[in-house]
Amino acid sequence: MADPRVFQIAALGGLTAYGMSALDLELSVDRFLLVVGAALATEGLGRWLRGERFDPRSPLITAFSLSLLLRAASPWLATLAAVLAIGSKHLLRARGSHVFNPANFGIVVLLLVTDQAWVSAGQWGHAAILTLALAGVGQLVIHRAARSDVTWAFLAAWVALSFGRASWLGDPWAIPLHQLENGALLIFAFFMISDPRTTPRSRAGRLVYAAGVATAGFVLRFGFYEPNGLLFALFAAAPFVPLLDRWLPGPVFRWAPVLEEKFHASHPASAPGFLPLARGVR
Amino acid sequence: MRPILRPLLVSCLLLAGFAEGALAFCGFYVAKADTKLWNQASQVVLVRDGDRTVLTMANDFKGDPKEFAIVIPVPTFLEREQIHVGDRAVIDHLDGYTSPRLVEYFDEDPCRVVDRMHTLSAVAPSGAMAEGGMKRARSLGVTIEASYTVGEYDILILSAKESSGLETWLTESGYRLPEGAGPVLGSYLKQGMRFFVAKVNLEEQGKAGYQTLRPLQVAYESPKFMLPIRLGTVNGDGPQELFIYALTRTGRVETTNYRTVKLPTGMNLPVATKERFGEFYKALFSEQTRRENAEVVFLEYAWDMGWCDPCAADPLSAKELRELGVFWLDENAPPDGPGIAPRRMPSPAQNVFVSRLHVRYDRDHFPEDLRFQETGDRTNFQGRYVLQHAWTGEAECPAAKEYLSGLPERQDKEAQTLATLTGWDIGEIRGWAGLSSTPVEPVEPEPWWKRLWPDQ
Repeated sequence: MADPRVFQIAALGGLTAYGMSALDLELSVDRFLLVVGAALATEGLGRWLRGERFDPRSPLITAFSLSLLLRAASPWLATLAAVLAIGSKHLLRARGSHVFNPANFGIVVLLLVTDQAWVSAGQWGHAAILTLALAGVGQLVIHRAARSDVTWAFLAAWVALSFGRASWLGDPWAIPLHQLENGALLIFAFFMISDPRTTPRSRAGRLVYAAGVATAGFVLRFGFYEPNGLLFALFAAAPFVPLLDRWLPGPVFRWAPVLEEKFHASHPASAPGFLPLARGVR
Repeated sequence: MRPILRPLLVSCLLLAGFAEGALAFCGFYVAKADTKLWNQASQVVLVRDGDRTVLTMANDFKGDPKEFAIVIPVPTFLEREQIHVGDRAVIDHLDGYTSPRLVEYFDEDPCRVVDRMHTLSAVAPSGAMAEGGMKRARSLGVTIEASYTVGEYDILILSAKESSGLETWLTESGYRLPEGAGPVLGSYLKQGMRFFVAKVNLEEQGKAGYQTLRPLQVAYESPKFMLPIRLGTVNGDGPQELFIYALTRTGRVETTNYRTVKLPTGMNLPVATKERFGEFYKALFSEQTRRENAEVVFLEYAWDMGWCDPCAADPLSAKELRELGVFWLDENAPPDGPGIAPRRMPSPAQNVFVSRLHVRYDRDHFPEDLRFQETGDRTNFQGRYVLQHAWTGEAECPAAKEYLSGLPERQDKEAQTLATLTGWDIGEIRGWAGLSSTPVEPVEPEPWWKRLWPDQ
């Protein structure tokens, strides 16, 4: 079977094209290319420093996610987000893997340090057609990718919380439904939280993780009126993943050609500047 | 030589009479008698920086003042000093400054290039409780947290344990509640909101001698950057019109739970649109709302408040901005000069960015309250429509021939643009615009070599 990330790239690419052409996403082609270029360049540098073979798939997914979610007042901030995102993947590592979802890291750091970057959560609108398209495409992606359980657990928790809150407030169902028909929420659920490299190893761990992120995000959003609550919740949840793995152990996830894992197993002391002789060995 | 259609005139015509009927705000009207109150449009100024908010609610209530009452959910308790009665003229000025505008250009003599300036006049658009009541309130679980008389208004800040008690108390106190308001009141109560209830104190109003009711302003600190619209949709007969002027320090404001879409702008329209610009704008808004399935918020203006180009009205002075609640303004901001200039250059001292949002909402398409966020986007945007007058003087030269032969096509294109924007019938537009009733065939341009040796 082909690498599921190829499907993700295709789906995100389609969404980006749709967003650029049909919605007021404030995303220009040059800005998009700049983000893609910055992500690929940072990935190239990171791989080179860590002595690994370049692989464009992961940085492309990060660049697409950033383009879809993050808006910035200047192209340099958008570029910085891409550099931070991919940089975090290579620098902030534990147990042979990165700690934060790269796109999430880039967005959250920018949101925290400047008021010149923001997430246009509402710009996806609530058109049912778009929702269906997103969900359908997302499902296809997830079906192909491993660990779709995180997405479904997250969505189940979010739906339960939304309807629970509406029921407590005595609000009509139209309100939680309207809150669910949100493109940004679905992009988060299908393309960000599902990242298999930053989620817990066991299924039980992943379910706890998904429910935790949903709950924290919900509380931030509706209790503290933070529109980007989910992104902050995912960011804050990352350090808990090793704890969950200790409590509920499971197998390490690897993408199909596990070059990186193998290499690290045999070269635990690989340092910046170290050029491996075994490059390309499978 | 080719005619140079360099637009040299920038002048503004303003939409007069659009903001008519700015009435209800985010709350709903409750009448003290069975008078039919209409509830069509509202104007709200939202000044926001950090968690600090100053909300100004303008109304254009035309009925008997004793019939006027509003109930608005507010996020916090309000002290007497947090409530103020503002000046309607400032909101009218802000409305004028941010209004969609019509600009006119005049084609020059295609045979000569002369700088000509024309100026059209710009028209700014006009744009306390008795003891017994307290007791009864307590028995219903309603707490009258405060009672103030501010200007011509009697104001109560209410909280309640149960929505049914609040509903009963309001009804018994003579406020006419729309059907279905109970659950919405309950939802706000559970979200920790209080209710700001205002009615007109006739005695104070008589003393002050104001004919119309002045806008109410409240200042509070809360992370909630939102406007409660749900009570308004309970009452409203059909969709309601709401204008939100957000004044912020950093950049444009947008809704986070609905799409914010820019109104189409910059199109060339038939010159005769000038006589019906108000009508045009209304039709444009209706048509665009329809196309977006009536579920988006439109951005009509986004600009640094220090300047404008072209100006529909002067930028607001520092004093006016302060009156609206812009609390971060530099004390030394330069004062505004008199008169309306076609263009004003940036004055960096202002540091205020305005976003004018316009939404037509109803319960089906806008089930939840409007939530906002401030973005870092300082890109200028305005609703601006262009009239390009044709040259009507003498013109006898090869360039004029080409210019004149291209005119019908250009004018028909303008008519088609207008029809697309507004949904108006193209035949009717061609009629009042004085164009041929059939579509104009594009004129084949004269071969370039015909002009090469004109003497042949």
